[in-house]
Amino acid sequence: MFSWITPELAAIFWGVVKAIVSLLGMVLTAAYMIWLERRLLALWQDRYGPNRVGPFGLGQVIADMLKIFFKEDWLPPFADKFTFVLAPFLAMSLMMLGFIFIPMTPTWGVSNANLALLFFLAIAGLAVYAVMLGGWASNSKYSLLGGLRSTAQTISYEVFMGLALMGVVIQAGSFNLRDIVAAQEGLWNVVPQFLGFLVWVPAMLAVVHRTPFDLPEAESELVQGYHTEYSGMKFGMFMVSEYVGIVMVSSLTTVLFFGGWHGPFWTEQIPFVWFAMKTFLFMASYILVRAALPRPRYDQIMSAAWLWCLPLSLLNLLVTGAVVLWRAGA
Amino acid sequence: MADGTPLSVPDVVRELTTRFGDAGFTYQPTVDALPTLWIPVERLHEVLRYLKHEAQKPFKMLYDLTAIDERFRKQRAGQPKADFTVVYQLLSIERNADIRLKVALVGEFPHLPSVTNVFQNANWYEREVWDMFGIVFDGHPNLRRILLPPSWKGGHPLRKEHAARATEFDPYQLTALRQDMEQEALRFNPEDWGMKRGTDQHDFMFLNFGPNHPAAHGAFRVVLQLDGEELVDCVPDIGYHHRGAEKMGERQTWHSYIPYTDRIDYLGGVMNNLPYVMALEKLAGIKVSDRVQTVRVMLCEFFRITSHLLFYGTYAQDVGAMSPVFYMFVDRQKAYDVIEAITGFRMHPAWFRIGGLAHDLPQGWEVKVKEFLDWMPKRLDGYRKAALENTIFKARGRDVAAYTTADALEWGVTGPGLRATGCDFDLRKARPYSGYENFDFEVPLGHKGDCHDRTVLREEEIRQSLRIIEQCMKNMPAGPYKADHPLTTPPPKDRTLKDIETLITHFLQVSWGTVMPHGETSQMIEATKGINSYYLTADGGTASYRTRIRTPSFAHLQQIPSAIRGQMVPDLIAYIASIDFVMADVDR
Repeated sequence: MFSWITPELAAIFWGVVKAIVSLLGMVLTAAYMIWLERRLLALWQDRYGPNRVGPFGLGQVIADMLKIFFKEDWLPPFADKFTFVLAPFLAMSLMMLGFIFIPMTPTWGVSNANLALLFFLAIAGLAVYAVMLGGWASNSKYSLLGGLRSTAQTISYEVFMGLALMGVVIQAGSFNLRDIVAAQEGLWNVVPQFLGFLVWVPAMLAVVHRTPFDLPEAESELVQGYHTEYSGMKFGMFMVSEYVGIVMVSSLTTVLFFGGWHGPFWTEQIPFVWFAMKTFLFMASYILVRAALPRPRYDQIMSAAWLWCLPLSLLNLLVTGAVVLWRAGA
Repeated sequence: MADGTPLSVPDVVRELTTRFGDAGFTYQPTVDALPTLWIPVERLHEVLRYLKHEAQKPFKMLYDLTAIDERFRKQRAGQPKADFTVVYQLLSIERNADIRLKVALVGEFPHLPSVTNVFQNANWYEREVWDMFGIVFDGHPNLRRILLPPSWKGGHPLRKEHAARATEFDPYQLTALRQDMEQEALRFNPEDWGMKRGTDQHDFMFLNFGPNHPAAHGAFRVVLQLDGEELVDCVPDIGYHHRGAEKMGERQTWHSYIPYTDRIDYLGGVMNNLPYVMALEKLAGIKVSDRVQTVRVMLCEFFRITSHLLFYGTYAQDVGAMSPVFYMFVDRQKAYDVIEAITGFRMHPAWFRIGGLAHDLPQGWEVKVKEFLDWMPKRLDGYRKAALENTIFKARGRDVAAYTTADALEWGVTGPGLRATGCDFDLRKARPYSGYENFDFEVPLGHKGDCHDRTVLREEEIRQSLRIIEQCMKNMPAGPYKADHPLTTPPPKDRTLKDIETLITHFLQVSWGTVMPHGETSQMIEATKGINSYYLTADGGTASYRTRIRTPSFAHLQQIPSAIRGQMVPDLIAYIASIDFVMADVDR
């Protein structure tokens, strides 16, 4: 009766299930990240935050989602309609795609590929199009400035973000994220690759436009930057994509520098718990950074990128390469 | 010089008559002892140039420029015939003195030469006078409406024939057509301001910053001429918050105008009452007790703290640090708790009275004040670590919108904006009023005149204010909270039921209002944002004949383009925040 179930079909089915579960898990995490951010910010800013809907205000996210779904889907008459609608979809889908290759446990992960890290870099590069197109299609000056800033910022930070990660790749000898995690058994990359990590931190903040790299949407300067003209669900997608980005980049940090599912003990039993805990820590640190730091000026961010981060990442690359070659020779 | 001039003519007036001869000059004694001299309109430029450039210890600052509609004024004995008077008030830091020059004009819509070629900051003041009085300044580069909308057809509101009450007009209706017209009238046209739309290679972007913008601190609009993110030039546009406070002064009684003053610099609370009531006390000859003076100082310093805290938090917010403002609002609430316990109100207590205070201090006030004094310093230390000493925070303010003392004086900048350039001019020290000479405090100074200096300086001022409050608390003198004087308002009531004369006076004062003696008076104070002053003309009635409110923020906003050209949009945000203005203080 079930003879049509071939092993290949079962594998595909299992793959689809994994994809859907991961996707839902990630979107839910991203949505609750909004709640977490509001509560944590409130905690650090001497106020309450949303605490009325459901226990600890957990229902706030649902209420907000419902509200945003029923908002009028308004298209500014002066906007370029097709691109205007396309931009938030791009933002959301690209950020979610980036999650495909994240290995959460030795066995769980949507997919596995040998060029996973390169795929992530490509996604990060493409994501700027969402912002740029959104800023451009809005046909508003503030949005345009936001889009321009985002483009310039991404160009500067793309360069050394890739370079910063090359040290990790050299050590593991692979672009495959599973191999990278496996290579960290015993010693997490953050120790030998500390320089790389230092450079990666601003780069990852810049990728997801978070304080202090939130220039594309600096609300005290550009109103809301590239999504000034967006409202309703289209705005919601931009917003959620930001949080999806945070989840994605945080889990990537865990994978690349903090040993992925490895823990000091019980790694075999609870790999996912280790992974989730570390990722959560980075997500919270994003919020702490936002609560603590002012926003540098646009040109200060640019000069920090080219004068400090780029040389540092090159230095890191050289040293790592030299050490690996020396060891291989020895 | 007219006969009857007192022998004690001020030195500066004697200096001028020696230099120019006394042809056409008329000295006018005033209650506020501010040298007041009428000069013929032909000699205006000469005299101003002399005072600004040639005089020993020059008068570098055009402190105020305003006008009076004299056509219905009764008590003008000894003054030249005039339908309108234009008043120039100059300030000299070196002399620590002022001079008031008046020019008499005859005619319905008189003309006189503009002085923008002598004092740059005359620009906005002359526009305001034209807007409000219809006096034309020949040679003004851009004489157009400043406080009222460009489409305004209702005349010039501070002229005496102009109605004061809304009930004297037809109900206002905003039809779709009218809305479109008003919108169109607000469209920025670069050519009107002598701006180019682009260079040979590329166009400039013109960006409306405001009137509604998260960092505009009120309904304030600056039109930016941008080359990328670099500011080529900008045009501040004010008037969105204009409520006609000066016109209301001509309608409200002397006493009932006090709550309006609260709402000029709405962060300054009772600090706004002070120059008004002190000017009137000069006019009436009331001397208030030491207790009244000390209580006034204490409350003013409380408001200086709340205002500076708001500045501190919003400045941090505008450079992107989101947390400090929440902490500072907590502190402001603590301060307001004390203020509320004493005055019964929080932001706008309207608590000072002509000749005293509304009430005496409540029992146990020291406890509340002490709580605040214990609370605040350690919070300030925390902010210093979290914000002021943060590298990014410093980098955002250093060398941004820096200007020199000379620039500041040219633009009429006072208060922290002036002291940040290193100019030691704080009225509380330079011309102590209300007993400030009895207090031990320092005047913090900056040296670079940039945004960061202005921020550090205000933070230090909060600490100094705490010192003053502490001294008030420890040395509060005993005494009455109202002066024993017939013009003290509202009058002391305890004797009214004893004799008929007092009862009648009390009744008239309370029902009609106090009748102040005629004359001209003024008082300057070091308010939260700079020097604030009231220049009151009394014509022997229950209300003012002309109320001139000189506010610091008006001058500070006019300076914006000169200080920010060539910098970037985020610098403008930091600069605007560092000016620390409120639009009510600009537009009145």
